[in-house]
Amino acid sequence: MQSRFTSALFAALLTLLLGSLLLGVTMVSEGIDLVLELSEPHKIYGLIIGAALVFIIQYFKQEVGAVTTRLRGDGSFEMPAFIRTPKQQRLWGFMAVGALLIFPFVSSRGAVDIATLTLIYVMLGLGLNIVVGLAGLLDLGYVGFYAVGAYSYALLNFYFGLSFWVALPIAGLLAALFGFILGFPVLRLRGDYLAIVTLGFGEIIRILLNNWTDLTGGPNGIARIPKPDLFGLEFNRRASEGGQTFHEFFGIPYSSEYKVIFLYLLAFALVLLTLYVINRLIRMPIGRAWEALREDEIACRALGLNPTVIKLTAFTIGASFAGFAGSFFAARQGFISPESFTFIESAIILAIVVLGGMGSQLGIILAAMAMTILPEMAREFDEYRMLLFGLMMVLMMIWRPQGLLPMKRPHLELKRD
Amino acid sequence: MTNLLEVKDLTMRFGGLLAVNGVSLSVKEKQIVSVIGPNGAGKTTVFNCISGFYIPTGGDVVFQGRPMQGKPGHLIAREGMVRTFQNVRLFKEMTVIENLLVAQHMHAEHNLLKGFFLTPGYRKKEKELMDRAAHWLDRVGLLEFANREAGNLAYGQQRRLEIARCMVTEPKLLMLDEPAAGLNPNETKELDELIMHLRDDHGVSVMLIEHDMGLVMGISDHIVVINQGAPLASGTPAEIQANPDVIKAYLGED
Repeated sequence: MQSRFTSALFAALLTLLLGSLLLGVTMVSEGIDLVLELSEPHKIYGLIIGAALVFIIQYFKQEVGAVTTRLRGDGSFEMPAFIRTPKQQRLWGFMAVGALLIFPFVSSRGAVDIATLTLIYVMLGLGLNIVVGLAGLLDLGYVGFYAVGAYSYALLNFYFGLSFWVALPIAGLLAALFGFILGFPVLRLRGDYLAIVTLGFGEIIRILLNNWTDLTGGPNGIARIPKPDLFGLEFNRRASEGGQTFHEFFGIPYSSEYKVIFLYLLAFALVLLTLYVINRLIRMPIGRAWEALREDEIACRALGLNPTVIKLTAFTIGASFAGFAGSFFAARQGFISPESFTFIESAIILAIVVLGGMGSQLGIILAAMAMTILPEMAREFDEYRMLLFGLMMVLMMIWRPQGLLPMKRPHLELKRD
Repeated sequence: MTNLLEVKDLTMRFGGLLAVNGVSLSVKEKQIVSVIGPNGAGKTTVFNCISGFYIPTGGDVVFQGRPMQGKPGHLIAREGMVRTFQNVRLFKEMTVIENLLVAQHMHAEHNLLKGFFLTPGYRKKEKELMDRAAHWLDRVGLLEFANREAGNLAYGQQRRLEIARCMVTEPKLLMLDEPAAGLNPNETKELDELIMHLRDDHGVSVMLIEHDMGLVMGISDHIVVINQGAPLASGTPAEIQANPDVIKAYLGED
């Protein structure tokens, strides 16, 4: 009891001490001198409340611990009763798809915009999940492939006038090629070392884009990237030379909302395609081999699986999804610069994979929604919003280290003879 | 009868340490050969050299008349020489049946497009894999655990699953590194029966590293004794039991 009180008091005093240096005093310039003054009262009060909170949490640590262990559960997760059988799951899946298809027509333009952004992150999360969640290769430079995809479309359009639909597969292939190239030097690396090299790779791509001014426009980026068209129908107010616009073709008045809705539906289609492809992949021999590689590389070799090939396919296929997402991103923004592809993007995508529960696709979708929608909703907290964001991640990792929805093993029916 | 595996003058040097020094042995078809020796004698190193996990410093490894030394492990495994490890190396977070499906990677359909569109050929291949997996699960008595995560099985079951995982690859030579380690006498007896059954009914040759002398003497056709990296003796179980050098190496001089 005694030590409990002292340690809690100590923690609270420590908080007060550190906090008062950061928040409690401000530097004011008086003439040429800087003097320290006490901050405004509300900051002081905040500080005291914070220290009190630390004291209470430390004092009741055991009780708090008991609650968190209960929240954590035993790691298993059961779907609610009404979505347990495959048939019910399919039904709910179709209903979700239907709802998401209707969504852009009934909500505001801003909401559709955020939803489109969320879909891009879903695609990125699903792609990175192949490398990190399934093959177990920690990749901190995934944003590099995203950049390759975005710049592929932007540059191919700028120099050769290729349309989005032609550039999309090329962007995917180019990103896959870069994934393959990255795969080679890191074949022998695992864990921390792999993470550092991939981190470097992501930075190399960004710095290259920043400095190769002749080709990429450097920090100024590339502007006026055309939006995708629908079978040749453009979504602009006025048609480009020889083109036709959507609203003229259907004889309806122009509205900029059509473009936003079209982009959303396009992203949605890309996500559905990604989901289908990855769902098939993980049930195919290659997907099983990825997971086996994550579990035990030596056992893989002893069974005749070639770890080199498995790693390269994971990097290549994972990167190609970033390429698709990147070219869509370029088309949606209309402007890209190396600034969009900094390390923090890699970190966010990785956080989506980890928060969602490694390997779990539904978890990743939920995490991507949380990571894009929550910061938008918390806008009124302005600079504290990133703090909240960090706090949320810390708490998640304490309470549910296995992620929102940990991956469920597929159940395979055996013929009994 | 021809030799399935022929190892001559195998040498492995780690810097200044000569871990294996001139070991020779041969395995004939449908033979059970055991490698025994005190702890640290270099038995596992011999295994690692033969199975391609180390590149031997010298010597020849010939499997089915073809040289194997210097080949990477996964290619040697594909030739039909499959091994287990001292510590269980299952894919722990995957289910029992998935472990067996991964092991059949070489027999699987690899064309991605066929997989995407679930062509009849692809479905047939996958069904073959499932059937072979089910067959072997039944053989080792794990069929009811097919959808359980491998890491959640009891230790003895994990050992049996590891052997089943090797067998689905349809090997010619099965190399078991201390398969009885950590098993109780009952489980060891079951393992004994399983190995005999694999040899008699499935025609595989078995190479065994084992400390359980009861098991070794009971099932081996031939025994190779290694001490401090060098070959000490080889012969039938009866010959080995009577060999004074072997007794000295195991029990020390009096």
